[in-house]
Amino acid sequence: MTDLHQPQRDWATTFDHTEDDYAQNAPEIWDDLRNRCPVAHGDSHGGVWFPSRHEDVSAIANDTERYSSEGIIVSVFKPEGLAPMGYAPPITADPPFHQGARRLLLPAFSPKAVDKLQQATHETCQKLLDDLLADGASTADAAVQYAQHIPVRVIAHMLGVPEEDGDKFRVFIHRILEKPGTYADQVAPEDTLFHYIFTTMAERQNEAPRDDLIGYLMSYRDEDGNPLPSDQILGTIGLLIVAGIDTTWSAIGASLWHLAQHRGDRERLLEDPSLMTFAVEEFLRFYAPVTMARIAKEDLLIGETQIKARDWLLLAFPSANRDPEAFEDADRFMIDRQRNRHLAFGLGIHRCVGSNLARMELRTALEEWLTRIPHFELTNPDEVRWSTGQVRGPRELPVRILKSNPAASTN
Amino acid sequence: MRIIFDRDKCQGHGRCYALAPDLFDADDEGYSVPLVTSELTQAQLENAQLAADNCPEYAITIEV
Ligand code: HEM
Ligand code: SF4
Repeated sequence: MTDLHQPQRDWATTFDHTEDDYAQNAPEIWDDLRNRCPVAHGDSHGGVWFPSRHEDVSAIANDTERYSSEGIIVSVFKPEGLAPMGYAPPITADPPFHQGARRLLLPAFSPKAVDKLQQATHETCQKLLDDLLADGASTADAAVQYAQHIPVRVIAHMLGVPEEDGDKFRVFIHRILEKPGTYADQVAPEDTLFHYIFTTMAERQNEAPRDDLIGYLMSYRDEDGNPLPSDQILGTIGLLIVAGIDTTWSAIGASLWHLAQHRGDRERLLEDPSLMTFAVEEFLRFYAPVTMARIAKEDLLIGETQIKARDWLLLAFPSANRDPEAFEDADRFMIDRQRNRHLAFGLGIHRCVGSNLARMELRTALEEWLTRIPHFELTNPDEVRWSTGQVRGPRELPVRILKSNPAASTN
Repeated sequence: MRIIFDRDKCQGHGRCYALAPDLFDADDEGYSVPLVTSELTQAQLENAQLAADNCPEYAITIEV
């Protein structure tokens, strides 16, 4: 946190989660704020509040009466008049609309449904590792060559769109999440997520429904035989593309960043693979990638801080996860932590629909990596680049491979 | 000692059935279904406590 050219910055009054400085130093900033100024504020993006304590974060997540999900990505473009459905249901929906939009998706992401995707995910990871280790490579970028591809391939398969479209998805997501608002005037209408989904749906309009998530949403009929409104289908497909990719990519990347620097934790996982159940949850607690947002529905108080109706608030699950009031030894990474009620997937009615899938992907990605690359280290800590915005994880993660194993024979 | 499960609090985080599959199952939407509502054995108690300690929504308690 030492920029010698800048006087010590006070994040309590100049909070901005889209700056590089925040991305690189977020955990230290949260610790400082939790201690000293539990509800930070910044003027950027039209003004934003940042409650950092577990107690406030969980109260806000559970209070859908006073906080709306109409806006969940802080930007100068503040959605208005879109409740209760919002532009990407169910994440942007409020009760009572929310429940139906969510139940629609739950079966496809249930533990049983996710189990069926596990084998293909193992194969995806193995193939990425084959490519990464080809020609006896001694260095690699664990984010660029590995983590970022895994969730893209899984969700493309579930939606029923070509894997190659994943490159486009990452561009859409970068614009929406890393630098919200800044690209609005620079992008051609044909080059947007909206246009992508619109054309994908149009192509399928006159064919029999396919057995994938897009087919399911397009052919869904309620008890009275009515289809879903087309803006709901569009918004939900958009959400499924955006919600699962850089979130999971961040979780995989941050876990590998940790393992690169902690030989002891690598060894424990290699010796006792059953530890992975606990390790995955501790990675999610300690490196929770996702901060959500809400819009206040009325004037209200958080502690002594006065919030005005329509103000933006960030919902800092990652900071809550490191609050010593809620977790023993909160600032310590404990790979076998037994009591771990972390909030990485949120809390309350918006609990991440994809959490079973994300866990499976994270676990599979780490298992396959450690099988082929049991020992590795950062080539240079200063070369690691963390993403800005509400989803935080390493976007560049160069590692030196200290030990690798040949692929297990497949026959 | 018995498991008390509050269905209204459960949001389907899935921690309980991952940690204690002998005591909890998932329904088709991922919500928890407790499998044992009778008195717990000593061995079951340990897993039940683990599930309770990891439920982010405090939907599981152990009644003494
Ligand atoms: C490690 C990876 C992931 C993390 C940390 C994560 C985190 C979250 C969080 C914190 C929320 C709550 C939002 C809120 O309260 O406003 C959420 C919602 C959601 N997530 Fe995830 N997510 C991940 C992966 C995924 C995946 C793989 C999918 C599937 C495509 C997905 C789909 C969704 C959906 C549909 C919602 C909206 C649920 C609702 O509003 O009812 N997520 N996620
Ligand atoms: S851990 Fe809690 S919220 Fe999650 S499924 Fe089990 S009871 Fe429900």
